[in-house]
Amino acid sequence: MSILVIADHNNQVLNGATLNVVAAAQKIGGDITVLVAGSGAQAVADAAAKVAGVSKVLLADNAAYANQLAENVAALVADLAKGYKYVLAASTTTGKNILPRVAALLDVSMITDIISVESANTFKRPIYAGNAIATVQSDEAIIVGTVRGTAFDPVAAEGGSAAVEAVSEAKDAGISTFVNEEIVKLDRPELTAARIVVSGGRGVGSGENYHKVLDPLADKLGAAQGASRAAVDAGFVPNDFQVGQTGKIVAPDLYVAVGISGAIQHLAGMKDSKVIVAINKDEEAPINSVADYWLVGDLNTVVPELVSKL
Amino acid sequence: MKALVAVKRVVDANVKVRVKPDNSGVDLTNVKMSINPFCEIAVEEAVRLKEKGTVSEIVVVSVGPKEAQEQIRSAMALGADRGILVETTDEIGALEVAKILKGVVEAEKPELILLGKQAIDDDSNQVGQMLGALLGAGQGTFASEVKVDGGKVQVTREVDGGLQTVELALPAIITTDLRLNEPRYAALPNIMKARKKPLDTKSPADYGVTAGTKLKTVKVEAPAERKAGVQVKSVDELVEKLKNEAKVI
Repeated sequence: MSILVIADHNNQVLNGATLNVVAAAQKIGGDITVLVAGSGAQAVADAAAKVAGVSKVLLADNAAYANQLAENVAALVADLAKGYKYVLAASTTTGKNILPRVAALLDVSMITDIISVESANTFKRPIYAGNAIATVQSDEAIIVGTVRGTAFDPVAAEGGSAAVEAVSEAKDAGISTFVNEEIVKLDRPELTAARIVVSGGRGVGSGENYHKVLDPLADKLGAAQGASRAAVDAGFVPNDFQVGQTGKIVAPDLYVAVGISGAIQHLAGMKDSKVIVAINKDEEAPINSVADYWLVGDLNTVVPELVSKL
Repeated sequence: MKALVAVKRVVDANVKVRVKPDNSGVDLTNVKMSINPFCEIAVEEAVRLKEKGTVSEIVVVSVGPKEAQEQIRSAMALGADRGILVETTDEIGALEVAKILKGVVEAEKPELILLGKQAIDDDSNQVGQMLGALLGAGQGTFASEVKVDGGKVQVTREVDGGLQTVELALPAIITTDLRLNEPRYAALPNIMKARKKPLDTKSPADYGVTAGTKLKTVKVEAPAERKAGVQVKSVDELVEKLKNEAKVI
């Protein structure tokens, strides 16, 4: 059995989510090859070669892959995939953009958001915003799937010694071009990888108050910051803070929900956290039903008090 | 130019679904059904492009049971011009839906094809991308802004970490994110008018596709329940619990 893992990266750094995908690949069992498709991405390939459990790294270094355009990368992956039994990628926006295109090029069905490997061809995945878990079996010749990172403990980033092989082939479909990107700079840990997440909802009232109340708590805990869709839509914080079915899925050790009511959509993104704390003025808020500890009170006084006592 | 919008009939977003006791699926009897929220955004975007004069005709298509007519009528009440229902009662996978849509695109020849980024029932997030592959067309997934300019379309996409803008040749596939727009409500006169708009019924076989899926759902279970938590009365108690009981700080 051979497994092709598509590396998630920005041409400089290997995204940690790839380590979770390699962990899922190890559960399936087999020879693991990592494909790094990018431009000027030698450092990423070198990092991938050191990942524990990886036996080979393919580096497709070409301007056509610089911005991970699905049209170009999917064509490359579909070509390479013919030599493998599995093609896996992380359930990041990049993975979700590219892999269904790969599956269709290979004329196979695809499995999104694998959360458990039951056997070589049977997997579990959440449906209905995490309100049901489906066990699906694929009899396709090539099994294509994205892996939900938070469901698998990452493999070690060091300890492997795979060889890096260059892929000379370049695919430029010529139907899409990159224009620009705006990446939000953060001083805090990355949301999906953080051990502690502090999230704010509509209850925080304003963007100014979000930062006034939640920044000190996040600083004190070394936490990443998140938000509910209500807080994002109200413009308190940028949308890449959003935790939920349509935003990011997190499963930290500690999730602190401040001023969040707990709509189904939000719960789908955080209910696998180890410990959930809810701070809300509403005793009946749905978030309390999933919280391990909840405190009813005004977040403007409770959160600063919490910061002072940590 | 012509726009094609694909819509799906799904359980209403506000319904808390229950898994059937025999683990064969989710119980959908007597549950409120609606147009998938992401699809509604796709319809709204097409209607806005029509209002701007960019789009001249909006065709809305749905693959599903007879009742999906209701969702096509809803889309027409929002401003779509005509509908196509590809009727099937079989469970149907994303790849098969994409193949049917490819047939519809080849028959209709739209320049813009709009879909939701994912359906809130299967949460697959696949159909738009698969259709892009089958047509050899460019894809602007998770769109939060769409600008049509001459023979091209610029799509701003919501990606992890921020936004990315790409330019695609037409015809192109666009899948919508929640922030693309806020769908309007259908006014009663428009709902009445929608009843008279043309709606064709087709079958998957008309497009040379067999409904079904090669992914077999073995069982569907309720997720593991979290054990009930406790209400703490003070910040001191919270800190104490987090330190000594949960041991997370």
